[in-house]
Amino acid sequence: MRLNARPDESLTGHYLSATFPDVASEKSSRREALERIGLTGAVLGASALGARLLYDHGGYGLAAPAGARQVRDFRIKGDPKLKLAIAKSSQEPEELVRRAVDALGGMKAFVSRGDIVAVKPNIGWDRMPVHAANTNPRVVAEVVKLAFDAGAKQVIVTDASCNEPNRCFQKSGIWRATYALGATVILPSAHRFRELRMKGDVLDLWPVYTPLVNADKVINVPVAKHHNLAKFTAAMKNWYGMLGGRRNRLHQNIDVSIADLATFMRPTLTIIDATRVLLRNGPQGGNIDDARDMHQVIASLDQVAADAYACGLIGEKPENVKYLKLGHERGIGNMHWHEVPQIEV
Amino acid sequence: MAASQQPGPPRPGEQFPEVIPWLRTDTPGRVPSLDAPAALAPENFTGRMGGREVREGEKLGVEKRAASSEVEAVPVSAVAGRRPGEQPKPRVPPVLPSSLSSLEKGQQSKRRLPVIAQGVGSGATAAATTATATATATAVPVGAAAANVAGAPLVAKPGGKPKKKRAGSGIPARKIITNLVWLRRASQVGFFALFFYFLVHTAFRGTFAAQSGEPVRLPLPVEGFLLADPFVAFMTLLSTHAVYRGLAWSIVVVALTLVFGRVFCGWICPFGTLHHFVSWIFPSRYLKGSSRVEANKTHGWQAAKYYLMWGFLAAAVAGSAIGGLLDPICVAVRAIGLGVIPALQYLGIHGSNGIATSNVRPLQMAADGAQDVLAQQIWTANQSYYHQTWFIVFFLIAILFMNRFIPRFWCRALCPLGAFLGVMSRFALFGMEKDHAKCTDCNLCIVSCQGADSPQGGVKHRQDECHMCLNCESACPEDVIKFRFLPNRKGTIQKPNLERRTVVASAAAGAIAIPAMRIANWPDKAYSEKVIRPPGAVEEREFLERCIRCAECMKVCPNNALHPAFFEAGLEGLWTPILIPRIGYCEYSCVLCGQVCPTGAIQKITELQKTGKDEKTGKEQKPIAMGTAMYDHGRCLPWAMATPCIVCEEFCPTSPKAIWAEEVEVPKRASKYKEKGEALLMETVKVQRPHVDPSLCIGCGACEKVCPIVDKPAVYVTNAGETRSKTNIILLENTSYGKS
Repeated sequence: MRLNARPDESLTGHYLSATFPDVASEKSSRREALERIGLTGAVLGASALGARLLYDHGGYGLAAPAGARQVRDFRIKGDPKLKLAIAKSSQEPEELVRRAVDALGGMKAFVSRGDIVAVKPNIGWDRMPVHAANTNPRVVAEVVKLAFDAGAKQVIVTDASCNEPNRCFQKSGIWRATYALGATVILPSAHRFRELRMKGDVLDLWPVYTPLVNADKVINVPVAKHHNLAKFTAAMKNWYGMLGGRRNRLHQNIDVSIADLATFMRPTLTIIDATRVLLRNGPQGGNIDDARDMHQVIASLDQVAADAYACGLIGEKPENVKYLKLGHERGIGNMHWHEVPQIEV
Repeated sequence: MAASQQPGPPRPGEQFPEVIPWLRTDTPGRVPSLDAPAALAPENFTGRMGGREVREGEKLGVEKRAASSEVEAVPVSAVAGRRPGEQPKPRVPPVLPSSLSSLEKGQQSKRRLPVIAQGVGSGATAAATTATATATATAVPVGAAAANVAGAPLVAKPGGKPKKKRAGSGIPARKIITNLVWLRRASQVGFFALFFYFLVHTAFRGTFAAQSGEPVRLPLPVEGFLLADPFVAFMTLLSTHAVYRGLAWSIVVVALTLVFGRVFCGWICPFGTLHHFVSWIFPSRYLKGSSRVEANKTHGWQAAKYYLMWGFLAAAVAGSAIGGLLDPICVAVRAIGLGVIPALQYLGIHGSNGIATSNVRPLQMAADGAQDVLAQQIWTANQSYYHQTWFIVFFLIAILFMNRFIPRFWCRALCPLGAFLGVMSRFALFGMEKDHAKCTDCNLCIVSCQGADSPQGGVKHRQDECHMCLNCESACPEDVIKFRFLPNRKGTIQKPNLERRTVVASAAAGAIAIPAMRIANWPDKAYSEKVIRPPGAVEEREFLERCIRCAECMKVCPNNALHPAFFEAGLEGLWTPILIPRIGYCEYSCVLCGQVCPTGAIQKITELQKTGKDEKTGKEQKPIAMGTAMYDHGRCLPWAMATPCIVCEEFCPTSPKAIWAEEVEVPKRASKYKEKGEALLMETVKVQRPHVDPSLCIGCGACEKVCPIVDKPAVYVTNAGETRSKTNIILLENTSYGKS
């Protein structure tokens, strides 16, 4: 480091160039300047682009639900001769189920080889089979067996229970009975609900229990019960087990909501369990004396007609059950069950 | 200015000066390690042994039976640190005479002593560096970090890599001790895994194998750790004058402690294992070296847990099991079960939902599958929410955070169970013996000490603090520490070092606090109506004597109905369980909370006692009521707003139902104009209006849970009419002061 400068150069400049030798040639400084300007410009441009893409206009109010109307139609094609089969002639639930289904053409007419079949019994309540608040486990087991015999690849048994699901599935006896046959028993959990747009009068966008709609064939296996608000519950009301969210609000307009559900979901087959029927204090029951053995099973392709027949078992008239009239008016089925082609076995 | 004047060893080419200014010994010019082994004769060794100055040639009385077979009474041990102001002495690793003789014979010692005269090049630099290191070493040379610097020269083994040697004399610990240390680690991991397994299985999972009429019970003894907790057993013994059922298992831990000392803390306690793990893996970057040694020395504030224990035991005598707030198993169950697991569940569910909305089918199915497994095995199908968890989890994080500064801070300073076991460990048959003469103050024992119980030579061992982790004997290179049965007790303090006045003060504070809190809040006087206790709970005075706030009942409740109270039951009732029907209702036939309660605050009731019905035998009796539901007619839809509802009646589980509906026709004003310019029309609507029958209502809260008026339900449950109380009764028919 020299301490005295030559006449033609500045002291500071020489010092600087000696200490910071990079700041030297003009060539790299111009390129560097361009690079730096470019970099700044790029960052600026990227921020501007980001702000443009993520722009929020603001504004108040809920967005209208978008999406097409969803319907789940699992009915088989064709025009079957018989639509309603009432099995009365045995004391054994399994025998009754077999006779009723065979009268409609056998399970082979409904379940094809390799199908995934969803069986939807009523497993809503923490009650034992003797209380008749849930479907008779023997009836459900027989349906599962028939489905497997018809060639189903997988049979799913599930329901979105009202009480705590583990207790309901265990106490009703359905878990044990169907698991023994190899059915896939799915317990409802929060992640199994997806919102679907039903576009009904009461039900529009609602969380739906996916295992019941993501199947090839759906078989509804309800139990016939008294219901304090709706007067009677069987096939159409059983679809409540498909809904998530806050079902407790539906009671304000229960009949229309049931009709909406029946419009949304058309099962392959409906099998109403009337082997033991709850006559009073439904839908939960709890008193063994409120239930009575009736030894009947109804298989039907028309859920309205099946309900109309079954409400007579608890002493109710179809005219008094409002949702049957609504279902009839919407064309889901025929509430005058006498007119439906039927057979008694 | 010459290069040779710069500090450091002489550079190649430089002349080795006669006087090496940088090699500070008191005999300048001598590099002891290069000299003949005769220089290592014992009579040349002076200096202090851990504790006090020892004169040359003095014979020391070592502890009986502590001497190893190879050594006679050694007059003086080697130099270790130095006192401030002292002249630095030449530091050489101590060599024992007998081993020295075997060295002289050219044999390799079995105990891997540092071979001084081998490997000239490495030896010279090694000796030089050790000498410099000594000169600059602090008064407290430290173990692990320092091992590479001071006193652990790299020995060039023939044909192998240079291996790091044990510090000091390098005497390895007894094989049994190293094995026990590994066994202890396995035991800690095993018990923690068992604790966590029990905790996630404190939930009813249901099974396809059960018959439909089988009573619902948990297959595992999930409250097992609490049953084995002696502090809980003793506390409830003092408050209730009885040992409740499974708490008799705590005698096993008591027996273990009376024989082995605080092995529970070191080997079994899952909370202790958690702290041990956190202090191992997350210490602050300052908690190394000498500051770790400082942190692990016995401190006065470790007595705090004894004062806490005395306070809690006095509170138990005064009639409150409030010590459960700080019992470690209770803290672990409460914080992990109510806080950590639901929080993980929240993350899991939201993460999986995020994946599910990606609309990529394989990802969705994988996410669903993962969620299924987690919901069935680890947590529950629905997200659990618990009142108060922010406070509980904050408390956990705060004490875990303390491990960054003081390892196992909870165990040393706060744990009342540790204090209780510490008091009992004075009778232990198994303990530590030290040969203070051999200690060189390397502090390796303190670095890994878990209990901060002074394992080092020169001070008395604190048996009441020791966790029996055996790390000290495993680390000690001088063969100072020995754990054995019936040890010599001259060198130990068995009792906690407490001030009598502070003990009395803590006990008095604990005893007085309970009545002080009860004057502020007591049932029938100033209790919140929201204190709805679980079904099967005993009456309130006895409940407070028993409830240790372990949160087992809250974790097991399948509907997420039980929650830790804040101040609803007064300050004393903090974190005791109350039913919050808004969040979850009490399932009609469920008796699980009583099954898992370890102290009997909630009794083990049967389904018959709870529901009043037995389907098998047809027997009927009066059910247990937790409270009564009442209607708010201003908010109920059919009562006030002419809108049909009665979800409450549908959900009421009793039979005959406690809620009955009355059908009425009510006027309703239309909401839309029919004709322009006209007034709104009046219509008539048929609604069913619900009523409660208080003689049938059991206060389960199902009606409150399903009421569609979500924020402040139109039907709500309060604790009035609970069957466990003799005074909190509504109806005359239920009043009988003589009935139990």
